[in-house]
Amino acid sequence: MSWRRHLAKLVALFRRPKTVDELQEEILVHLQMEEQENLESGMSPAEARYAALRRFGNVALAQDRSREMWGWNGAETLWQDIRFGLRQLKRSPGFTAVAVLTLALGIGANTAIFQLLDAVRLRSLPVSNPSELTVVRLADLPGRRGSQETVYPALNNPLWEYIRDRQSVFSEVLAWSPTNLGITEGDHERLVQGLWVSGDFFKVLGVQPVIGRLFSSADDQPGCGASGVVVSYAFWQSQLAGDPHAIGRTLTIGRHPVPIVGVTHAGFTGPEIGHSFDVAVPICSQSAYWRDGNWLNSSTDWWLTVMGRLKTGDSLSMANAGLKSLSSAAFEASLRQDYPTENIRDYLHFELVADSAPGGVSWLRDTYENPLWMLLGLAAVVLLIACANLANLMLARGSARVQELALRLSLGASQRRLIWQLLWESFPLILLGGASGLLLAGALGNALVALLSRQGDSLFVNLHPDWRVLGFTALLAALTTLLFGLVPAFRATSLAPSEAMNAGSPRIGGMHESNGLRRMLVVTQVALSLVLVTGAVLFAQSLANLRTVDTGFREDSIVIAWLDLSQLRLPVARRLIARKETLDLVRYVPGVEAASEVGIVPLSGGSIDNRVWAEGEDRQSGSDSNFNWIGEGYFKTLGTPFLAGRDFSEQDSPNSPKVAIVNEEFARRLGKGVNPVGWRIRREATPHEPETVFEIVGMVKNSKYRDLREKFAPIVYLCVSQDQNPNPIEQVVIQSLLPLPILTSRIKQAVVGKRLDIDVEFRVFKTQIQESLLPERLMAVLSGFFGILAVLLTAVGLYGVISFLVARRTHEIGIRMALGAGKRQVLSSVLRETLMLTVLGIGTGLPITFIVARLIASMLFGIKPSDPVALLFAAFALCGVSLAAAYIPARRAAKVDPMVALRYE
Amino acid sequence: MDRIELVFGSLDMLILRTLRWGATHGHGIAKSIERMSEDTLKVEHGSLYPALQRLQQEAWITAEWGVSKNNQRAKYYRLTALGRRQLVSETSRWERFVRAVTCVLRPAESEESQ
Repeated sequence: MSWRRHLAKLVALFRRPKTVDELQEEILVHLQMEEQENLESGMSPAEARYAALRRFGNVALAQDRSREMWGWNGAETLWQDIRFGLRQLKRSPGFTAVAVLTLALGIGANTAIFQLLDAVRLRSLPVSNPSELTVVRLADLPGRRGSQETVYPALNNPLWEYIRDRQSVFSEVLAWSPTNLGITEGDHERLVQGLWVSGDFFKVLGVQPVIGRLFSSADDQPGCGASGVVVSYAFWQSQLAGDPHAIGRTLTIGRHPVPIVGVTHAGFTGPEIGHSFDVAVPICSQSAYWRDGNWLNSSTDWWLTVMGRLKTGDSLSMANAGLKSLSSAAFEASLRQDYPTENIRDYLHFELVADSAPGGVSWLRDTYENPLWMLLGLAAVVLLIACANLANLMLARGSARVQELALRLSLGASQRRLIWQLLWESFPLILLGGASGLLLAGALGNALVALLSRQGDSLFVNLHPDWRVLGFTALLAALTTLLFGLVPAFRATSLAPSEAMNAGSPRIGGMHESNGLRRMLVVTQVALSLVLVTGAVLFAQSLANLRTVDTGFREDSIVIAWLDLSQLRLPVARRLIARKETLDLVRYVPGVEAASEVGIVPLSGGSIDNRVWAEGEDRQSGSDSNFNWIGEGYFKTLGTPFLAGRDFSEQDSPNSPKVAIVNEEFARRLGKGVNPVGWRIRREATPHEPETVFEIVGMVKNSKYRDLREKFAPIVYLCVSQDQNPNPIEQVVIQSLLPLPILTSRIKQAVVGKRLDIDVEFRVFKTQIQESLLPERLMAVLSGFFGILAVLLTAVGLYGVISFLVARRTHEIGIRMALGAGKRQVLSSVLRETLMLTVLGIGTGLPITFIVARLIASMLFGIKPSDPVALLFAAFALCGVSLAAAYIPARRAAKVDPMVALRYE
Repeated sequence: MDRIELVFGSLDMLILRTLRWGATHGHGIAKSIERMSEDTLKVEHGSLYPALQRLQQEAWITAEWGVSKNNQRAKYYRLTALGRRQLVSETSRWERFVRAVTCVLRPAESEESQ
């Protein structure tokens, strides 16, 4: 067939009614003309008419043949089937609503989670040739000293500069580090997401400017100062109103006026997935923006994430071999005086390695990838349950049409044709369900991202559906149709016609087989629900365990204040006094019960650890311990009781003997008896302080340090007023019963009213702790949602099946009641049957549940995967819901009037 | 079966040929085929219509409604440029076919004619 005919048919597809009518008219005219001619040649009117018809042949056949010319093989009948399906949906809106909603929920939940996975895992960075990108890191960490300033693998600046200037392993290299920068507009300062970037950063990634220019290596030279800033497209649009003349305008960053040199194009959102960036400044300007701490010439500040682009044709292992031979010279050249002497040997033996990183780096991905895959699995189970429900509904509908189908089969329709018809009839349903699912997924996806956001840290995830998401949804929809459409279609068309034709009477056993299938579907639903409900209980219990775990301190009514004094440009010697003065301002605010300084807020993720040993013993006898800097009253503020000794006090000054407070666990590890007060401990040298001896003056109860899951670890608390290198940023824990807005405005008034140059920020302690449980909360919330969904779907399925069975058995029940069975007996026989199905389902589900529970064991806390209480709870909940779902049809059965039931038929 | 195919194939050609003298309606085409073949070819009028649909789809003919001699509304078919070209190639193909069949059926005569 030529393409012209295909095209003509396609066009005609949209004007069919006209074509059909025209053909009819044309043939009619033809017959009239012939008749007329015959009349003229002298025939009688009747003769003329018959002759014309004879001449023409079979009119209906000619019409059919002509019309067939316009159809493809089956294409037209396909359209008919689909339209028939649509009409059926219109006819039973209740069924349609339930089915579409079920599908939308099932497909929507799956798509939403897949969408997130796609965004954080499957997509590459929006830069040129992302597959060539690698991240360079240290091969092994023992002996690495100093502070890790980012969550990503990082190198120090001297090391980066050596790699940048000397390497020949990669075709190009870049370095960057995330940071918060304060931008001042009028009197108001706010923090934006900043990036330190190497000069070639944008060039290496292939990022183009929308306006202006991006940095080059000339912008990243020692001593560059606050020379220029590149802003992101989003920042340009939202903060600069997309001003086409933005180039040359200045932003006040950290009180420096900095000219805008360029705007990056819209597709580039930064090197990190999960966060976007607002502004980027060259690495060389770090010391200019941060008056406190120059990281540029330090080998103990690990802050730059270094990425290399593989040379064309090079493999990762070739690059790693190159890095290995480069390492020794690189570490030798980058060693600076601040590196603690005892670890210099370690430093010189470090090695560099590269990991492939086509998707950039992502804290979000590292944290949530596994939970998301797991949730996708759970969502798939929900979809299976939904499929079982739909299959059940379709079976019910199919059985209503059994006679029609049987008739068609006996008249010679092929089974294949009928199955196709039934499948295509479900096509509009799946299209509706899939489309609503996709819409729902958009909303769910945004809700998920919102669920994962923390205070002061806005997530950026590009949820724009790409071909992968659309393909995933289409695939799900197709599989779903096959699952719920095919089985009933086979069932409905495989009955022997004679059997099916008789099936109209409720007494005939023609539907026996189909009932078995429906029971099996319900049993499957119960089994899968058991898995989901048990999982939900385990996750919920884990979260509850973590929430109620003994932290060792008070969480309620605690606010953390961040007071930035760095704009005061105080010399180191004055900082402690200024901090004390500011703290006092906070303490005198009415409504503040207690307040104290703290270096590391517990459970914030920050940590310091150093080797400690008892004075007079060998360094080797010591062990690693956590450290924290605190002020007087810290334990009172957080409600951690003292077990021995005293708190820090005014007497502990930079010139008095160095003191420390330790926790129980530290005392136990030290092994110096029950009360360690009076013992002296020695801490190894740090980048800022030499080896120091501290006298233990107090012991407190254990408390959590880094995260809630850890066992109590040894902690040594040092006194802030004895800090040799006090930071100009002061962190204060405040206990107050005041409502948050009142408290913060009072503190702002008290502090900023007195000293205009102090920036204040607040965080709620409890919220921060709960945010550390976000992955657990995500699992608990979503698995709970899926569990409830599963139970509801199963209840609907059970209700349908039991109703159907009761309707089928009306006659039998009537006979029984006539023979003396009571209402209670009928009721309990129906409920017994339900319970049997449920228990069968639970029995089937148990082994699956055990397997799944073992898979999630690593994500649980304080509960065993095979926890019998969780299993029992899930089993009882399912039994309860099943009985509730079956109660309505059971009551209907009990109300059967024997006389009516027997007369019926 | 072969005969039917042959008839179908040649029907297309006959229709195109008929339309060479100008646009006409289905009845007119049937009549003129009968007339031209001196009533040897009996066309079942009904079989014209599927063929007319096919020819339209190939864009060899076009159709439009007009008024017949007896003031009746009728659909008139017209040969397109594409159809004219098709007719030429169909005709030559048909002639080759007839020659070939003749050769097979009456080899002596065809040799003589050479």
